[in-house]
Amino acid sequence: MTEIHDDPCAHCEEMMQPYLDHMLSDEEMREAEMHLDECEWCRRRYRFEESLRIYVRQAGNQPMPADLKQKLASLRIPLE
Amino acid sequence: MGLGATVAEMAEASSDATRIAAEARDRVRFEEEALALADQVYGVARHLAGSRDEAEDLVQETYARAFRSWRSFQPGTNLRAWLLRILTNLNIDRGRRQQRTPQMQALEANDYFLYDKLAQDDGGLTDEDRVVERLSQDDIVSALSAVPHDFRDVIVLVDIGDFSYQDAAQILDIPIGTVMSRLHRGRRVLKRELAESVAEDVR
Repeated sequence: MTEIHDDPCAHCEEMMQPYLDHMLSDEEMREAEMHLDECEWCRRRYRFEESLRIYVRQAGNQPMPADLKQKLASLRIPLE
Repeated sequence: MGLGATVAEMAEASSDATRIAAEARDRVRFEEEALALADQVYGVARHLAGSRDEAEDLVQETYARAFRSWRSFQPGTNLRAWLLRILTNLNIDRGRRQQRTPQMQALEANDYFLYDKLAQDDGGLTDEDRVVERLSQDDIVSALSAVPHDFRDVIVLVDIGDFSYQDAAQILDIPIGTVMSRLHRGRRVLKRELAESVAEDVR
């Protein structure tokens, strides 16, 4: 049975992080999606959060300086 | 009799040689697998350390230690997590934690304020992708560096390094509940920093 919430958008907001982290139960997931289907306001905010995460992840894709790999390889302990 | 002893000795010597050769093979494989992960390890280090130079030092120290203590790695377990555990510990040892988690300022009451702020600056135009594009990669890197270390470590591992909560908990040696609460707070702090960097751009 689905709970009725006074403010469905506020409830939807609480579910956003665990939703995007895939931490919701199937039922909670369905509940969130039902609301998202009918609420453009929340849908935009979820989509924004998703794009933001992709964006943050890309910020991590910084190439390693070319000579660093060489330096690391030289740290290997020579075989006796 | 004398001959018997010689054969036994030879057998022992040859089994020693086999063991040494096998160990050398294992070690070389370990080193190569570790080196293949260097880009990913650097990516994480870049966000944990304050600067590019510090990140390089940290990665080198990590590999030096990893190569020395390769025997304590259990083959078949997650090598990337093992390396990052060394890295985060070194980062703590280096005293980068002096900046303790500040008394938490009140967090923004909701998770949507960054979106609302960007959308509002955009004159109510709310194409989500375009809203995100108002942020530059530099904004993100500098906002991330302003997030307190404890929170940043978790964001970097989970949101950038793509580790599960469980793995992040293991790497940082903290309970999974702590990973979740730091992630939750850290993401909000990150968004607040981003909101501020956008405000500065406008000025």
